[in-house]
Amino acid sequence: MTATPDLSSPRNRPTAVLTDNLCRHYHMGETLIRAVDGVSFQIGSGDFVALLGASGSGKSSLLNLIAGLDRPTSGAVIVHGRDLAQLSREDLAKHRLHTVGMVFQSFNLIPSMTLMENVELPMRFAEVDRAKRDALAREALDRVGLAARMAHRPSELSGGEQQRASLARALINRPQLLLADEPTGNLDSRNGTEIMNFIREFNQTLGMTIIMVTHERTLAERYAKRMIFLADGKLTGDQIIGPPNLAGIAGGNAEGERL
Amino acid sequence: MKGYDLSELALRNLRESVLRNSLTTLGISVGVASLVAMLSLGIGLQQLASRRLEKSGLFDTVVVSSRRDLRGFSREEERNGPAPAESPTLDESARQAIEHLPNVREAYPDIRFVTELRFQDKPHLSMVAGLPFSAKNNDAFDGMQGSFFSSESVPEAILQKSFAEELLGRRGEEDDNVNVADLAKPLLGKEFVMRYAQRMASPADHVEAGDGKQAGSPQPDEGGQAAAYSVVSKIETLKIVGVSDLDPDSMRGAARARVFIPLRLAQDLHVMQPSDLRDTTVAAGNQPAYTTVSVRVTSPTKVQPVEDAVKKMGFNAFSIVDATRSVRQFFAVLDLFLGIFGSLALAVASIGIVNTLVMAILERRREIGIMKAIGASDADVKKLFFAEAGVMGVFGGVAGVTLGWAIGQVINFGTNVYLKRQHFPPQQVWSVPWWLVAGAIVFAVIVSLLSGLYPAARAARLDPVQALRYE
Repeated sequence: MTATPDLSSPRNRPTAVLTDNLCRHYHMGETLIRAVDGVSFQIGSGDFVALLGASGSGKSSLLNLIAGLDRPTSGAVIVHGRDLAQLSREDLAKHRLHTVGMVFQSFNLIPSMTLMENVELPMRFAEVDRAKRDALAREALDRVGLAARMAHRPSELSGGEQQRASLARALINRPQLLLADEPTGNLDSRNGTEIMNFIREFNQTLGMTIIMVTHERTLAERYAKRMIFLADGKLTGDQIIGPPNLAGIAGGNAEGERL
Repeated sequence: MKGYDLSELALRNLRESVLRNSLTTLGISVGVASLVAMLSLGIGLQQLASRRLEKSGLFDTVVVSSRRDLRGFSREEERNGPAPAESPTLDESARQAIEHLPNVREAYPDIRFVTELRFQDKPHLSMVAGLPFSAKNNDAFDGMQGSFFSSESVPEAILQKSFAEELLGRRGEEDDNVNVADLAKPLLGKEFVMRYAQRMASPADHVEAGDGKQAGSPQPDEGGQAAAYSVVSKIETLKIVGVSDLDPDSMRGAARARVFIPLRLAQDLHVMQPSDLRDTTVAAGNQPAYTTVSVRVTSPTKVQPVEDAVKKMGFNAFSIVDATRSVRQFFAVLDLFLGIFGSLALAVASIGIVNTLVMAILERRREIGIMKAIGASDADVKKLFFAEAGVMGVFGGVAGVTLGWAIGQVINFGTNVYLKRQHFPPQQVWSVPWWLVAGAIVFAVIVSLLSGLYPAARAARLDPVQALRYE
C-alpha cells in the first residue's frame, strides 16, 4: 500500500488523534498526581510522532489514554473521530483490538505461548476464522523475519526477536495506529535499529500513524517526523523535523538521505 | 471469543500449572465420588426394598372383603359405612361385578385354609392357598424350580421352600442359604395327600349339587328355610410340580401360604372357610361366599380409582399402595440426607476451585493485562476464567463418577462377601443409574462454574495499566 500524493503533507491528512485539555489525575496516598495535565494536540493520519520527556513526565500515561487502556479524568481524547472518554468498556476493548496496535519496552509476549500463538491471540479475540488465522500469523511473522521461530516460546528468543514478534502481533488486526512505548529501551543498538527500521517501514509502506514514547532525543530525531515534548504532564514543546519523507522511498534510503 | 478458542485457551492455561489444577480437579472428583457413592447407596437400597415388595405381585392388587366379616379399616368407614348386616355378600356374583369394573384385569377369590398334609406317612400342618392361573406370568414365581400348574384345576401343588424343607426333614438346620434346586430335586413329581373339611349345603337347599343357580342366599327370617350345612372329611392327592423361593414373610394376603394349589381346584373342593363359621346364613347357601377377593388392576396407577369403585359397591378395599407410600417417603428422606452428606465434600472442593482460580489471577496478572492491551474485552477474560472452571468441573465430574462407581463396586463386592458368609443370597446394594452419572457431571460443572463466578469477575475487572506496570 502506498500513500496517495495528496496525503503526503501532514496538513492535508485527516486527523488520527486529537486531544483537548486532556487530564489524567490520580491519588497516590495523600498526594494528587497529575500524570497528564491539560494536554492538547492534533496528530494527522500517517504521521510519525515521538513523545519525548523524562521519566515521570506523563508520556506513557498519555499513550495509555490514546490506547484506550486508561480513561481520562477530564478532557477529550478523540481517535479516528471517536471520543474514547465516552466509550463503554466493551467499545474500548474493541478500540484496542481493531484501531490500535501496541508495542512495549518489555515486549509483553505471553510466556506460555509460542510466537505463533502469541501473534494469533488478537485474532482469537477478533473472532477471525481459524483457517484464515494461521495464514495471517505466518505471514506476519515472516514479514519480521521470524518464519523459522514460529514454534518457539519467547524465553527461547533474543530481545530483538521478541520485539519483532510483538510488532507482528501489534499489526495482525491491521490497526491504523501503532503505539510504541520505549520499543528499543531493552535492546542493544543493533536490535534497536532493526526494530526502528521496521516501524518506519510500516509508517511509510502501510501509511500507519505511529506514536512512539521515548526519552532518547537522537532516536526521535532520526526516525520521527514530529516531536512532542512533555514535562510534569504538560506539553512543553512541539517540533516538526524537516519535510516528511515522500511515499515510496524505502526505509534504508530514507535513513541515508537524512544523514 | 468463540467457544472453541475459549476451551482451547482454557485447556492450555490449565496445562501450564498442571499440578495445581490436577489437585483441584482431584478435589472435585472426590466430592463428586462421595455424592455418587452416597446417592447410589440410597438408590440401591431403595431398589432392593421395592424389588422385594414388587416381587409379592401385590402392587397392582386391591384386596376386597365384605363388611359382613370385617368392619372398615378406618374408624370413619366403620361409622359411616352401611351396617354389617346390610352390606352385600362377597359371593360369585359380586366377584363378577367387580371384575367388570373399568381397569380391572381380573378378580379372584382368596381361598386359604389350614389343613393336614401327609407326605410319606408323616403329617404336616400348613396353610394352603388357591393360586390363580394368571400368577404364572407373575415375577413372584421367577425363582421357582420345576414348573407351574399344567392346567387350571389339576391336582398339583407348588411348595414354598420352607415347607419343602419341612417335608424333607431339614427344618431347623442352621444353614439359611438353602439352594432351592437342591430342595426341589427329591420332591418334584412326588405326591402327597391333603385332608380337608368339605362344606356341604343341607339337602333342603341342595337341589343340584355344585351348579345351583338359585338367586341370592336364603334368609332365615324370610322363607323359614333352615340355614343348615354339613361338613364332610375328604382327601385329595396332589402332585408336587414346583418349589418356589418366595419368602412368606415378604408376602401379603393370599400369597401368605406355604402350599399353593390351582385356584379352580381350591374352589371346587368347597373347603370350609373361616367365614362359614361366622356367617351361617351365607354358609348354608349354595353359592360360596368369599372371605376376600383379590382384584388385579391393569396398572398400579389405577389402584386408587378401583379401590374407590369397590368401596362404592359396599365392600372394604385395601391396597398395598397405602402401605408403600410411607416406604417411599422414607427413602426420599434417606436420599436427601445422603445427598447432603455427599454434597459436603463437593462444597469443600468448590472452595478449592475458588482458591486455585484466585491464585491463577495473581499469577497471571500480567498475562491478563497483556490480553486486555491487545484487545481482550472484560467478557473475554471473564469467559476464559469461567471456561477454566468449567473444564475442571467436567474433568472432575467424569473422574468423580468413575471413582464413585469404583467405590460402589468395591463396597458391593465387600457386602456380598459378607452376605455369603452369613448365608444370604448376593444382593445389588449399589446402583448407579445413568441419570445419576449425567446428573453428577452436570452438578459438578454447575458447582465449578459457580465457584468460578467470583474469580472470573475479579479477573475481568483487573486494570490493565496496573497489571502491566509491574515488571
